[in-house]
Amino acid sequence: MTPDLLLQYLVAGVTYGAIYAIVAIGFGIVYNATGIINFAQGEFVMLGGMIAVSLQEVLPLPVAMLLAVLATMGVGALVEILFIRWLDRPTVLRMIVITIGLSIGIRELALLVWGEGVRSLPYFTGNAITVLSFGDVHVSPQVLWVLGTVAVIVLFLMLFFGRTRLGRQMRACAANQDAARLCGIDAKGMVTLSFVLAAGIGALAGCVVSPITYVQYDSGTNLAIKGFTVAVLGGLGNSAAALGGGLILGVLESLSIVVLPAAYKDVLAIAILLIILVFRPAGVFGNAATARLEEQA
Amino acid sequence: MNRLSTWIMLLGPLCLLGSASAKEPAKEAAKPTIKVGAILSVTGPAANLGGPEARTLQMLADEANKKGGIAGHRVELLVKDSGASPEKAISLAKKLIEEDKVFAIIGPSTSGETLKIKGIAEEGKTLLLSCAAAEAIVKPVAKWVFKTPQNDSHAVRKILDHMKKAGITKIGLVSSNTGFGKAGKEQVEKLAKEAGIEIAANEVYEKEATDLTAVVTKLKAAGVQAFINWSIEPAQAIVLKNARQIGLDVPIYQSHGFGNIQYVKAAGPAAEGVIFPAGRLLVADSLPASHPQKALLMKYKKDYETQFKEDVSTFGGHAYDAFLVLSKVVEKAGADPVKARDALEGLRGLVGTAGVFNFSAEDHNGLQLDAFEMLTVKQGKFAVLEEGAAKKEPPAKKKK
Repeated sequence: MTPDLLLQYLVAGVTYGAIYAIVAIGFGIVYNATGIINFAQGEFVMLGGMIAVSLQEVLPLPVAMLLAVLATMGVGALVEILFIRWLDRPTVLRMIVITIGLSIGIRELALLVWGEGVRSLPYFTGNAITVLSFGDVHVSPQVLWVLGTVAVIVLFLMLFFGRTRLGRQMRACAANQDAARLCGIDAKGMVTLSFVLAAGIGALAGCVVSPITYVQYDSGTNLAIKGFTVAVLGGLGNSAAALGGGLILGVLESLSIVVLPAAYKDVLAIAILLIILVFRPAGVFGNAATARLEEQA
Repeated sequence: MNRLSTWIMLLGPLCLLGSASAKEPAKEAAKPTIKVGAILSVTGPAANLGGPEARTLQMLADEANKKGGIAGHRVELLVKDSGASPEKAISLAKKLIEEDKVFAIIGPSTSGETLKIKGIAEEGKTLLLSCAAAEAIVKPVAKWVFKTPQNDSHAVRKILDHMKKAGITKIGLVSSNTGFGKAGKEQVEKLAKEAGIEIAANEVYEKEATDLTAVVTKLKAAGVQAFINWSIEPAQAIVLKNARQIGLDVPIYQSHGFGNIQYVKAAGPAAEGVIFPAGRLLVADSLPASHPQKALLMKYKKDYETQFKEDVSTFGGHAYDAFLVLSKVVEKAGADPVKARDALEGLRGLVGTAGVFNFSAEDHNGLQLDAFEMLTVKQGKFAVLEEGAAKKEPPAKKKK
């Protein structure tokens, strides 16, 4: 294999990885605040993309994206207030059933509102065939937009959880809800906030990846499966680890195509997930005891 | 604003539905009502097939009932969503045949589902008019199973002929891991060998693929002169973008599954110059007035586009043809299933959206190779491919 080809495979891997990572981060935030996995996270991604595509027909792209993120944050808040808040110490199983139910519900609603069509936002820079070329290696500028967005989100979350009062309160709730409440922290409010934040980040992810992956009423599910894999691979609750996990999985998947048929890509992803769950449940970059607390690591 | 208008679009047909059924008790038809089941993937990965198909059938059934039914028989349409799942299609088919006792089933939308329920229709002695492409649906012939789309083997022949004319001998083949993708892949593998064309790279990808850069890189590494993609999912548009992005500037052929303008819009400039075989519905405007299909195609296009505010696609056309065949059969033989089936095998020269149907006891599809036209994409629109257009393309890749 020529170096150019190898680099081209790596570019493909980075593309996959960036998409997975940006979806994975949303899982971590809700997990951080509540210790549960929100299986409706993929639907936030889908909603962000769908709403932005609809608004973009009448509004400039950045405004449409901003409104889509805000609208999805609203949905996130609504979801938490209506379905999660009134539960008193729910079991993990109950939470899984509720969030999976929500995910199906949101998907069906989206089907009613938007139909089954495939949509996408325009490429932020250039169009579908614009590329930046380095020798014989080509990369779409949209991939750089996704990577840039991931970087900004990771930085933002580090600062938010590490430096702000609100972020620290959220972490306190994750560590021990009762103790946090005794210190005067609005624990229920923090959980709502985590859903709002996760929905917003999911929606932003949906906007940024939609030119590459397209968006359809049910596209959230598949993105969520990969995102979840990556979140676990990297270490749940740590957004920098999610980026690392995404890149690892993406590059592995891409290079696997050299020797394996492309259809085995998902087999590889699930195999890796199983290995990690058995041997390193806290993730490649995670530490079991601190995973939930060390967002700023 | 936009969401509001979508809601109105959604509620519109529902109101129509309501008014159609409201009329039913008032008018007591002398002849028995014909129950037509439809198993379509209205949702799921093949939703862009099932969606237009379901809308087309509803439109045609309403239209027929407004005129007092087909030869006096009112039509009761039962649309069931299979979500492109063969397992679901099986249970729906059983339910339609055993519980609803339907006269005929239109669909399913995909080849994988149809092949799974072929036996059920045979056993239940119920007409099955599939909207899916695989030749295996009607070959070997099953007594009660028919299909309206053109054969995939015809599509492959058309593509390979075109490649031969363009002097292409080494190609790549990518397909999705669905019934449609697999059937197409097998046909290409078989017929390419006969045509003396070498398949240098042969890749299958998962149907939910969101990016195929690595797959097209493999094609590039294999040094192919052209490649064929065989799928019905959004991956059709994704593969185009990724190929052009990595600078794989060879002619790209798609299956007849590309016949939905949505994908052209989604792929934007990457869709320019794609070559694919399709029925003439997509280029109805540019057909000469003397063409036998012109009037029918224009009518369907106009009716569909005014009612649903979206572009017509060949998939809806397959459902249109299925309904058309059914109406002709009922007109001839009435509501008796056995007589209707025999009448179907005798249908000749029936002009539909996919071509001119000539059914017989041996041919349950009734379409010939000429039902396909080679099309391309020009400035974001489908256009008839002019002869020699592909020859112009290979030199263009030498710009590097």
